[in-house]
Amino acid sequence: MFYREAGQFKTTYRADMATFPITQDRIGIAIILMVAFTVIPYFGSNFFLHAIMIPFLIFALAAIGLNILTGYTGLLSLGTGGFMGVGAYACYKLATIFPEVHILIWVVTSGFVSAAVGIVFGLPSLRIKGFYLAVATLASQFFLSWCFIRIPWLVNYNVSNAIEVPRRTLFGVHVTGPEATPHARYFVVLAIVVAMTWLASNLVRGRIGRMWMAVRDMDIAAELMGIKLLNTKLLAFAVSSFYCGVAGAMLVFLYYGSAEATAFSINQSFAILSMVIIGGLGSLLGSFLGAALIFMLPLLLPPFLGSLGLSIQAATAEHLSFMVIGALIVFFLIVEPHGLARLWQIAKQKLRVWPYPY
Amino acid sequence: MLCVKPYSMFCKIFIIPFYEMWELPDIFVQTLWEGLVGGTLYSLIALGFVLIFKASGVFNFAQGIMVVFAALSLVGLHAIGVPAILALALTVLIMLVLAFAIERVVLRPLVNQPDIILFMATFGLTYFLIGFGELIFGGDPKVMITKQLYIPTGTLSFDFAGGRVEMQKLDITAVVVASLMVAVLAVFFSKTRIGRALRAVADSHKAALSVGISLNQIWIIVWFAAGLVALVTGIMWGARSEVSFALEIIALKALPVLILGGFTSIPGAIVGGLIIGVGEKVGEIYWGPLFGRGIESWLAYMIALVFLLFRPQGLFGEKIIERV
Amino acid sequence: MRAPDETTIKAGQTLLSVEGVSLSFGGVKAIRNVSFDIRKGEIRAIIGPNGAGKTSMLNVINGFYHPQEGQITFKGIKRKKMRPHDAATGGIARTFQNVALFKSMTTLDNIMAGRTLRMHKSFFWQLLRYGPAEQEEIEHRRKVEEIIDFLEIQHIRRVPVGRLPYGLQKRVELGRALAMEPELLLLDEPMAGMNLEEKEDMCRYVIDVNNHYGTTIALIEHDMGVVMDLANRVVVLDYGQKIADGTPDEVKANKAVIDAYLGVAH
Repeated sequence: MFYREAGQFKTTYRADMATFPITQDRIGIAIILMVAFTVIPYFGSNFFLHAIMIPFLIFALAAIGLNILTGYTGLLSLGTGGFMGVGAYACYKLATIFPEVHILIWVVTSGFVSAAVGIVFGLPSLRIKGFYLAVATLASQFFLSWCFIRIPWLVNYNVSNAIEVPRRTLFGVHVTGPEATPHARYFVVLAIVVAMTWLASNLVRGRIGRMWMAVRDMDIAAELMGIKLLNTKLLAFAVSSFYCGVAGAMLVFLYYGSAEATAFSINQSFAILSMVIIGGLGSLLGSFLGAALIFMLPLLLPPFLGSLGLSIQAATAEHLSFMVIGALIVFFLIVEPHGLARLWQIAKQKLRVWPYPY
Repeated sequence: MLCVKPYSMFCKIFIIPFYEMWELPDIFVQTLWEGLVGGTLYSLIALGFVLIFKASGVFNFAQGIMVVFAALSLVGLHAIGVPAILALALTVLIMLVLAFAIERVVLRPLVNQPDIILFMATFGLTYFLIGFGELIFGGDPKVMITKQLYIPTGTLSFDFAGGRVEMQKLDITAVVVASLMVAVLAVFFSKTRIGRALRAVADSHKAALSVGISLNQIWIIVWFAAGLVALVTGIMWGARSEVSFALEIIALKALPVLILGGFTSIPGAIVGGLIIGVGEKVGEIYWGPLFGRGIESWLAYMIALVFLLFRPQGLFGEKIIERV
Repeated sequence: MRAPDETTIKAGQTLLSVEGVSLSFGGVKAIRNVSFDIRKGEIRAIIGPNGAGKTSMLNVINGFYHPQEGQITFKGIKRKKMRPHDAATGGIARTFQNVALFKSMTTLDNIMAGRTLRMHKSFFWQLLRYGPAEQEEIEHRRKVEEIIDFLEIQHIRRVPVGRLPYGLQKRVELGRALAMEPELLLLDEPMAGMNLEEKEDMCRYVIDVNNHYGTTIALIEHDMGVVMDLANRVVVLDYGQKIADGTPDEVKANKAVIDAYLGVAH
């Protein structure tokens, strides 16, 4: 009843193929964007922006990256953390070698470096499939982790063996380094994430998205239709790694402020994978929902249990959230393999017919 | 020396390491032995994977955490005053309960789902067990109750080619136990009724169901068997170093072993484990210094990856013919 | 659409021929020294008992299997083996014995995917979408809607094909193959598992495709009634060998064919 497309007739294919063909969706997304760009920075505290919104957006971007590879193209990857790291280290090196170029340009272009690395590690995907490929991506994860630790050149021979983020400004406002306010960084992150999400949604709805999904659903048929498997898979690897790389660069330059190799360990890969599973494979919206759930669960669990009269220690909360995440993954796979994104669709369907059941 | 330019990269990679192996055979043998022992433990973890994959087609990502969980339960029970042998028996019981729970909660509702979904379910299981294990036992490393379980410790050493080769009694025990375990499993698979049923299920779930084999029962059995393998692995590995959650990451090394051996082959798991174990030890000792050490962390994966490019079906797998 | 230097083949001339093709998997000989041709504009049936190597033959023709011996001539170009991509760009499309659709994609997306080879706007335009990429998308959508109308599947446009009944899936698969605007359409048991009504529908579509678009069709089918009605010429395989080739009537009267189907008294 509230959400109904009755009476909204499409008279052109253009209208039929729009990103949000239904008016209510268009209004909804406009409201979300407005809230994100005005209400949240205006009312949100520094803590809210820094500790919740910024990392949530960054992880959502990384989840989109993995979703392109695993959700859309069906190539299971356990190497997300490594590709994020490539982005971060590439950004650091580029920013130190060419300090005169603005850092935000490097944040975005560092994605190209990780895309290149992604292509190299995607090469085996021609010969191997499924779990075998997952193991191949583990190889990239461990190899890259090793590189981050063992090659001091990557961190400019810092004694700390960590990336130290330089101070840079945009229009006279600090955006990176210790002086940058959460607000400034939030706007930068938000702008990049929104833009890249938009581009990703264009890709997955067009010819390239169909090629990816065709390879995922039935690679033999796709090949016999003239889709070149290797090219298609490598493109997925490249785009996916690009997204992960940018997310990794943002993670260090706009969130952590400095980072060691452990930030891009296999555990990071697992965390992003669980976001994608819970959010929904093959859904951009799901990437956001999954990132929100996985990232915020450890933060929200203690106050929630506290309201029930149970007070727990921080460590216990972390263990509990691991258990909850694990249980949620299994729960979602059993009840709704398409994750939170599918639940949202079901909710929309209910709204459409409300107050009737059908 | 054979090298014309003793410091050239070519020389360092292709000649000096082999020369060292030849000149100092005692160190080489020591390295081989250590690699072999490490490989045995990889084989054991891989064995757990193979058991489950054969019988249920599930790529059990949780095998590593099951190893940790079993070892932690054993140590934890002993820590609260349970005698070692009783603690061992109780841990076996815990693994049985775990197998029941996994079958009931995870596998049964997911029957007939695509492989990738089942894999992800075991991924969720891993998360759950990590959280659960840390919640109960705490996150800090623990010492395995080696003495209490009457596992011999100490060192055997003997002269060899002008040097000394040392072997930990513990390691010898590990190799013996692992071999026994494989032998028992082999007999179990080929000679018993349940073993035949397992092989039938491995070939085709539907066909097995149609001749009256209970899938649920078989799954509990294989998960329990994998749990026992995990327990043995946990004890041996815990005795060599310590019982901690870091083991879970190390256990991922069983994956390249599986690639070498094929996902369904028990002999493959054994041979693959030994190749990986020896390969990475030798690589680390003789080539590691060239790359700044630590190449152990990824060498196994790279060996598997290169191998995969030439033989995608593994050592003992059959050539895959694709059909449409 | 066709490249100018390609030889155009007139109706009745040989479009594709296989000569002396042998294919084996390890010790199993799937196809032994088979030769036949397909003429432009005809409906050519490949029949034979189960395991005769029919599907393998189609796989050889569109490059999924590579024969150990023999050669394939398509549109005047001789090849030792076809490559899937060359076959597709050359205008060979096919359907599969066990429907090979993209299960989680909608009918519309499946058929649109069939247009992939004919869409050329680069990655960059795809990223932006608005502008040339969208223009191209609309152009092809129009073609796809024609096919959807032709196959009468408008009502399932937005349904993921995995949820469709078998008969409709077969139809969508035909639609996907048609979307490639093929010159040669390979149909692997298009009517298997269908009831009479669905079979009749499918026959109608096959004939319409042949008449309207002038598409050459090679089909594998077990239903002899259908084969005899539809096909201009029939080739019969048995144990990987060709045992007969000719018009339906000739084949029907052939001794070897009768033996292969009914068995021989020993």
